[in-house]
Amino acid sequence: MGTDDRILLAHGSGGKLSHDLIESFLPLFDNKLLDKLDDSAVFQIEGRLAFTTDSYVVSPIFFPGGDIGKLAVCGTINDLAMSGAVPLYLSLSLIIEEGLPLDDLQRVMASVKKAAEEAGVNVVTGDTKVVNRGNADRLFINTSGIGVVPPGVDISGSKAKPGDSIILSGTIGDHGIAVMSQREGLEFSSPVGSDCAPLHSLVADILGVSDQIHCLRDPTRGGLASTLNELARQSKVGIRIEEEKIPVREGVRAACELLGLEPLYVANEGKLVAVVPGAEAKTVIDIMHKNPYGKQAIIIGEVVAEHPGRVVMKTGLGASRIVDMLVGELLPRIC
Amino acid sequence: MRFVDEYRNSELGKRLVDRIHRRSKKPVRLMEFCGGHTVTIFRHGIRQLLPSTIEMLSGPGCPICVTANADLDKAIALALLPDVIIATFGDMLKVPGSYSSLQGVRAEGGDVRIVYSALDAIRIAQRNPDKSVVMLGIGFETTAPTIAASVLEASREGVSNYCVLSMHKMCPPVIKALLDSGEVRLDGLVCPGHVSAVIGSRPYDFLPRDYGIACVVSGFEPLDVLQCVDMLVAQIERGEPAVEIAYRRGVKPEGNERALETMWTVFEYCEARWRGIGAVPESGLRLREEYRSFDAEVAFEIELPPPREPEGCLCGDILRGVKTPLDCKLFRRVCNPEHPVGPCMVSSEGSCSAYYLYGENNGNG
Repeated sequence: MGTDDRILLAHGSGGKLSHDLIESFLPLFDNKLLDKLDDSAVFQIEGRLAFTTDSYVVSPIFFPGGDIGKLAVCGTINDLAMSGAVPLYLSLSLIIEEGLPLDDLQRVMASVKKAAEEAGVNVVTGDTKVVNRGNADRLFINTSGIGVVPPGVDISGSKAKPGDSIILSGTIGDHGIAVMSQREGLEFSSPVGSDCAPLHSLVADILGVSDQIHCLRDPTRGGLASTLNELARQSKVGIRIEEEKIPVREGVRAACELLGLEPLYVANEGKLVAVVPGAEAKTVIDIMHKNPYGKQAIIIGEVVAEHPGRVVMKTGLGASRIVDMLVGELLPRIC
Repeated sequence: MRFVDEYRNSELGKRLVDRIHRRSKKPVRLMEFCGGHTVTIFRHGIRQLLPSTIEMLSGPGCPICVTANADLDKAIALALLPDVIIATFGDMLKVPGSYSSLQGVRAEGGDVRIVYSALDAIRIAQRNPDKSVVMLGIGFETTAPTIAASVLEASREGVSNYCVLSMHKMCPPVIKALLDSGEVRLDGLVCPGHVSAVIGSRPYDFLPRDYGIACVVSGFEPLDVLQCVDMLVAQIERGEPAVEIAYRRGVKPEGNERALETMWTVFEYCEARWRGIGAVPESGLRLREEYRSFDAEVAFEIELPPPREPEGCLCGDILRGVKTPLDCKLFRRVCNPEHPVGPCMVSSEGSCSAYYLYGENNGNG
């Protein structure tokens, strides 16, 4: 592969090569706001806005079930969705290490396009920087997102109440294990793919059948255990879950055994936890089962008044134990 | 998942628990030697399920926890030397020595690398011919053969910039030392699984014979441990202590002959320092004369300030089974997995970490 096929420092210089590179992306994100190529995208939105930002540094940048591009779109969309917002616009900012094959960059950008299209959001502004070899690891992406929160929707991690049911949208640990097994060169007979997915349609479905959703959260870094602990602390309530109810894919369980990890602490990128009043749980589960990203939704536990701030799990043998926050770094650079 | 699910089956588990309740009459004291068993017991809440006649103690079977500060200090000092690369299993990184940790030294610019196998350390040595690579030999009879194999490989391939800092520890001698101290009275021992896969079950024969202690080698799944407890209780109730294997899928009475041969080709017994227990004769391993050139103790001469223990830390007493983390004033208040004071909080197999993570209501009392 010659230098023609790789990112050079000059691609980030602001000159001819930069221009050509940006031009090559434009057709992918065909929209009026971006095509103007002004310094900022200018638009009008009515209503309450949700605004979020996230940086993606996952290594490797390609992994089973996704890549850094898809992750950068879905991650930010999901942050908006967990506030109940309908995502509208994204920014996309690339920090590229000198020497990255152009083909890899094009693959990532194609994946950004596909994910944005599926989610129905537009990338309306962006930036590209190139840094010297060794000053970044291949490709880092930052995305920010803006969405509108429909009237009446008020979702927060501090609203869980005793009597609420805890709903989990599907299997846990898929993303973390997909990235980890790729990184460590582990091969399994049934390979685990990342669950990376945009969850705003699932959230829209949930909000469509119930106006009493208390909390929504996507258990990314730190896994389900950390998310439940955050909710218990923010809402000053106790949470009880049952080990046997929590769905874990066979391959994820096997990999966790091998790597000495607990699925409860392994990252997800396409799952959500919904805290809803017990009486609403069945309606919410039923609608979730109809969405491709909620087919395995299940009630895994309940909110209680006892042991505020703590998560307690009933083990398979019928004993109980505390499930704490993730301490230390389980798997670095997982997203 | 085959070979795992069968050993976590909740129906079978409940039946075993019932049987233990029916069988257990006399009050008994059992110790699980191995930190891996401690984690299984806490993670699955097994102590809560046992009858009040059975008291479970956690033993010193966490290799990182029992490494004395004097040895940790040596490893940390080596990491500070220019042109030295330390290769280590990941859990050593955060363990505090007297004055610093490998993690602290790494932040100061020391070259400390995590490996999953000692053979990876040899690869690092081959890629860095102008540096010395020191592999930290930590662990019981389980890891010693793999470190020995790396020395044989380095010798065969002429990798002269590779050496081992041997801090290996042997299980049967320290069990004997614990019992001889008279501090701990035991009726039965949950014998380590992986260690016994290497040494077999025969090295425990002295325990029923000389000390009247029931011995059962256990695997690491919850049903393994419950079955082991059931077998121990049966032996004790019958008044016929013996050595049995509950972990038949992993352990043979004679052990793994090839692993043992590899280990004894490279290593020989020596006295070892144990945290909380002190020097125990013939409980450690050093490199034999013919492999001395791979011995970090010979390759580097280091002067160290005297080791010191963190004030108030009870790790030593906890490792002997005479105190629990709940007796420690530092536990939870000052000492937690983010800011560990002693090694039993750092290691994933340490008692303090198990009490912290899975809840002290899993402990006795």
